[in-house]
Amino acid sequence: MSAPVRMLIAVTLVAAPALTMAASPPGAASCLGCHTVNAGDNPVPPIGALSAEQIVSAMQAFRSGSRPATVMDRVAKGFSDEEIKAIAQWYASAKAK
Amino acid sequence: MGSARAAAKAAPRVVVIGGGFAGASCARLIKNEDRDISVTLVEANSTYIACPFSNAVVAGLRELDRQKFGYDRVRADGIDVVHRKATAVDAKQRSVVLDDGKRLAYDRLVVAPGVDLRFDAIPGYNEAAAEAMPHAWKAGEQTLLLRRQLEAMKDGGVVVMSAPANPFRCPPGPYERASLIAHYLKTHKPRSKLILLDAKDAFSKQKLFEAAWKELYPGMIEWVSLSFGGQVTRVEAATRTFVTEFGTHRADVANVIPPQRAGALATAAGVADQTGWCPVDPVTFESKLQPGVHVLGDAIIAGGMPKSAFAANSQARVCAVAVVDLLRERTPASPKLINTCYSLVAPDYGISIAGVYQPANGLLTDVQGAGGVSPMDAPKSVRAQEATYAEAWFKTITRGVFG
Repeated sequence: MSAPVRMLIAVTLVAAPALTMAASPPGAASCLGCHTVNAGDNPVPPIGALSAEQIVSAMQAFRSGSRPATVMDRVAKGFSDEEIKAIAQWYASAKAK
Repeated sequence: MGSARAAAKAAPRVVVIGGGFAGASCARLIKNEDRDISVTLVEANSTYIACPFSNAVVAGLRELDRQKFGYDRVRADGIDVVHRKATAVDAKQRSVVLDDGKRLAYDRLVVAPGVDLRFDAIPGYNEAAAEAMPHAWKAGEQTLLLRRQLEAMKDGGVVVMSAPANPFRCPPGPYERASLIAHYLKTHKPRSKLILLDAKDAFSKQKLFEAAWKELYPGMIEWVSLSFGGQVTRVEAATRTFVTEFGTHRADVANVIPPQRAGALATAAGVADQTGWCPVDPVTFESKLQPGVHVLGDAIIAGGMPKSAFAANSQARVCAVAVVDLLRERTPASPKLINTCYSLVAPDYGISIAGVYQPANGLLTDVQGAGGVSPMDAPKSVRAQEATYAEAWFKTITRGVFG
């Protein structure tokens, strides 16, 4: 492999840094098991595309069953209003940085 | 000790052993949290072969190449990736011994050794027998061997599988495998049959699997529970025979999923207890047996959390932040974790189980009222959607860990 090609590969291998999760509210890190932060070729909506209000209202609707879901209804039931609000606000402020 | 502490403050060193969904993930997340921490990942293999979706490889629905991942991106994050085997942990000296005799000093060690298959548990089933009766419970050559045996089987043949008692890696895995093998048989060898000998009387997503088997593969899968003679007491590899308390089953294709324990390194590191698994603190994942050593993934006693790649990754996220907090002398906060496990019953038919967990009484405990399995009465469109989400999850998690 020639040196310029090798260098090009080395450069493209530097991935965009992920969010740092220090002092994030309980449960926030777990969202990223399925969701990405930024848009990609994925049917699961990226969290970064949502405002805090959108996250809160979606989670509440999943929890009450008013919004159809495959798995989010079962996940949302594990979080209180306060926890949902904290996670939503954290993601909204983290992406704003 | 005083100088060690001073050194730790200057540039803390973390060593992670095991480059799977827990270990590789944790190494990268620690580095991402705090670039001043020196992170070394010790992993014997230069290519990781992922288990989720490997049942689709067995059934000829997917190629093994799609399960393979390298460590170039992990290295590009500034992590020192060492492809050696860790042979011992000197917890007093805080160092890891590698198979070339080198030592790696650490301030905090993370161990994610996965599982070892117990070749001492079923008489007649050892590593040599696995060539005739593959386990295919670690993805790779064994996965392809089982697939080739299915491809070589005549129509009208009998596939016999055996599943272990709890706990073991991927609780719904044997039943997903039975489903996808049945899909292969229905498509290519419709006069064939599958018998699943089980060392237990109940299994993960059981009602969903059984309903789907009835609907998709009527008469094709026979599940033999513990109470009805499912416990395998011995196997004969030469004749592909399973012996149970109730009789014998001769197979044209035999798949033994043996009992398991935490990977051997867990014992070498002194983090496994007499059960063969590793007790950990549910907030930091620090071993209850060895201070300074954190344990993740399939190897741990995680309370309600199953041994899944999703759970391992979820734990790695919490552990990474906790390790950085501890190195920086902050107090880790009590976490909340999620697990979601998808199983394919057919290529376009997915079902799932989910759970939310938090520390309680020293274990990760199910949050009451949350989690559970896909509904029994869901339309085909929902099953198809879950199959799509299963694939999307695999893409997201493998990109996060290796991409």
